[in-house]
Amino acid sequence: MLIFKKMQDSCILYLLINVSFLMPKIKFTNYEIKGFYDEMFNEHHKVRPNYKLFKERLERMGHKKLNTLQHATDRAQLSLGMTFNVYNDNQGTERILHLDIIPKIIGKNEWTHLEKGLQQRIKALNLFIQDLYNDQKVLKDGIIPKELIFSSAAYLKQLQGFKPPKDIWCHITGSDLIKGADGQYYVLEDNLRCPSGVSYMLENREILKRTFPELFEKLDVRPVYNYTHILRDSLEFLTEIDNPNVVVLTPGIYNSAYFEHSYLAQQMGAELVEGRDLIVKDDIVYMITTHGLKQVDVIYRRVDDDFIDPLVFNKNSLLGTPGLFNAYLKGNVVLVNAPGTGVVDDKAVYAYVPRIIKYYLGEDMILPNVKTYICAEEQDCKYVLENLHNLVVKQTDASGGYGMLIGPKSTKSEHEEFRKKIKNNPRNYIAQPMINLSRVPTLTGDTIEGRHVDLRPYALYGKDIKIIPGALTRVALNKGSIVVNSSQGGGSKDTWVLNH
Amino acid sequence: MLARVANTMYWMNRYIERAENYARFMDVNYNLSLELPPNESEQWKPLVLATGDWDLYESLYAHAEKNQVIFFLGFDINNPNSIYSCISNARENARAIRSEITKEVWEQINHLYFLVKEGVEKKRYKSKNLRQFFTEIKNGCQLLYGMFDATLSRTESWHFGKLGQVIERADKTSRVLDVKYHILLSSPKEVGSSLDLIQWAALLKSVSAYDMYRKKHGKLNAATIAEFLILDTAFPRSILACLVHAEISLNAISGSSVGFTNPAQKQLGLLKSQLEFAAINDIIEQGMHEYLDDFQRKLNAISSAIYESFFVIDQVT
Repeated sequence: MLIFKKMQDSCILYLLINVSFLMPKIKFTNYEIKGFYDEMFNEHHKVRPNYKLFKERLERMGHKKLNTLQHATDRAQLSLGMTFNVYNDNQGTERILHLDIIPKIIGKNEWTHLEKGLQQRIKALNLFIQDLYNDQKVLKDGIIPKELIFSSAAYLKQLQGFKPPKDIWCHITGSDLIKGADGQYYVLEDNLRCPSGVSYMLENREILKRTFPELFEKLDVRPVYNYTHILRDSLEFLTEIDNPNVVVLTPGIYNSAYFEHSYLAQQMGAELVEGRDLIVKDDIVYMITTHGLKQVDVIYRRVDDDFIDPLVFNKNSLLGTPGLFNAYLKGNVVLVNAPGTGVVDDKAVYAYVPRIIKYYLGEDMILPNVKTYICAEEQDCKYVLENLHNLVVKQTDASGGYGMLIGPKSTKSEHEEFRKKIKNNPRNYIAQPMINLSRVPTLTGDTIEGRHVDLRPYALYGKDIKIIPGALTRVALNKGSIVVNSSQGGGSKDTWVLNH
Repeated sequence: MLARVANTMYWMNRYIERAENYARFMDVNYNLSLELPPNESEQWKPLVLATGDWDLYESLYAHAEKNQVIFFLGFDINNPNSIYSCISNARENARAIRSEITKEVWEQINHLYFLVKEGVEKKRYKSKNLRQFFTEIKNGCQLLYGMFDATLSRTESWHFGKLGQVIERADKTSRVLDVKYHILLSSPKEVGSSLDLIQWAALLKSVSAYDMYRKKHGKLNAATIAEFLILDTAFPRSILACLVHAEISLNAISGSSVGFTNPAQKQLGLLKSQLEFAAINDIIEQGMHEYLDDFQRKLNAISSAIYESFFVIDQVT
């Protein structure tokens, strides 16, 4: 009986092995590069060194196995509650940011270049902000037009003459980088206000470690898990108080990034508060607990400047706390990032960053900007209006992929609509040539195809400027699309920075 | 802990308890309606009365008819206390304090939410197998009670949750008893008739008390049933037992177990002692309805006192 059972088992095993032989293996013979910069293959269809091991791993695997791994990833995201809300969707639908299991892999030299470039940029921008609110030398020296700064809604006059603790304004930065057809990285946008997405970088890594455990060892991928530790250290660095009360301020559960706010609070061991949990008395900020008031020392706020204090800014804001801004000016509480940093996110200011770096550091820019036409300048504006069909037009104060025209992919009537908008308010628009974003192989149903990606690394400014060796890679999942924003059909990938 | 978080925890638990009670009330009444003789009319109005939402019901529906009552109490988005509304609110609350609860609790609340949401979308109130739905809700809530006890640390946060749960439970037991006791005693049926027995048994089942009552007292008797539901110290859904647990949690929160340090503690202690030293005959003599009415008023006052003492900050101090 026992022998029979054993025979049966081995028969089944034999069958399984045979069947797995029949499953189609993953092959890249039909993979198309189509003149784009592909991160896995060079123009001769040869695998790039960073991806060699990963490609071999995929090729040993059947499509079915790969789909199973992808499926397990989707489930892991759902049970972790990694959902976000979509603003334009009045059903309040929660969606998952799709995580594609093929990572973007960055080699050591490539990363060192990015790291230096970002450190340089952030250092200069921080000096720039401090200058704008204090001596304004950069304006007096005519490096950047006064009108451009003073017409920006994000420039806060209330901060003139103010210096934040340790002179740090942009504690957390998440700049958007892209790689063009020339294989060169460019900075596409600066995010100094409230950059989001870091929780996806961290959770994506947790999930991929379960998907490809052996590759992490073999490839020597640099870890990112200490992000929340460094974040907490850099927040505590801003105050002289021992064991300070650090909190994360969220607009609440209806905010699209609420998952991230609660995640960061939990990981840092900080209290997650809403504006109504705080109260200001005699310019000191307290949180309301079940046993009275407890003073708050550092606030990592994920509420925009406009909404933090109805006494100073948007009077209808229910998200903020009356008196918070004044407490900040008095030095009784630290706000992170500092209010007023948004002036750098203005897409018109972006065009001047190469000059800003030169002005403050005397250095040439390491990571170049994308060529930018400023509609506020007559000659540029003329060029933009004549070449709308070739350009990407962006509203200077918008983000998240909203308020944008992708010239080559839009209709005539959309061109006309933007032509009118630009003529009515040139200050509000810039334009850039369309860049062919690089592509990374991505699972699309039963095949693997190239999809366009960008890269958002995270920088923490504490004792020094640290770039976390990883990033959120955003991928435009729709065929041919270059819009990677999560609110517009984008997904994400893990980003592996190699130690060699 | 943050006052808002405590408040959210308290209400999350009240909502879950309320949803479970509603599911049970309806399940029992539905079952009862199957056993009634043909000439006996079904009693759905008392159910709405017991929830205290009769005014709202009247403004929405013309008759207290079975299908409408089930829809109103189970699935109606316009009823802030329907099972659907309670579970949705509980989930919103859970999301707001995600870092305060465990993965197990969060996932189970999510599961319950999708259960009722699907119930509304698939119009399960029209299903012949409605009792299956009620059972799923009851089981889902009870699973949550277990997870709360088995996965959460006994911190202030847990005690606020427990406080919400037992206060809601005491309220619901008292309301069902109030409405049903009155109807059953004043009905012209012969006391001790088989119909009479079914009705009293249904009252006990409405608060999951049938088995434990039978074990302790055997015979069904109006006064003993009232005594069991109000004064029994061992049955976990009796009013007194709920208050005993509420006091344990409130003492833990207040950091004192003798006397009181805040109005909530004072009022709860007084109400508990009042029940502790009451005999059922005194209550019946005073009038069951008057007694329970007075109890509910005091319980509401305690709920307000908890709010004042812990969830808002006194602007003056």
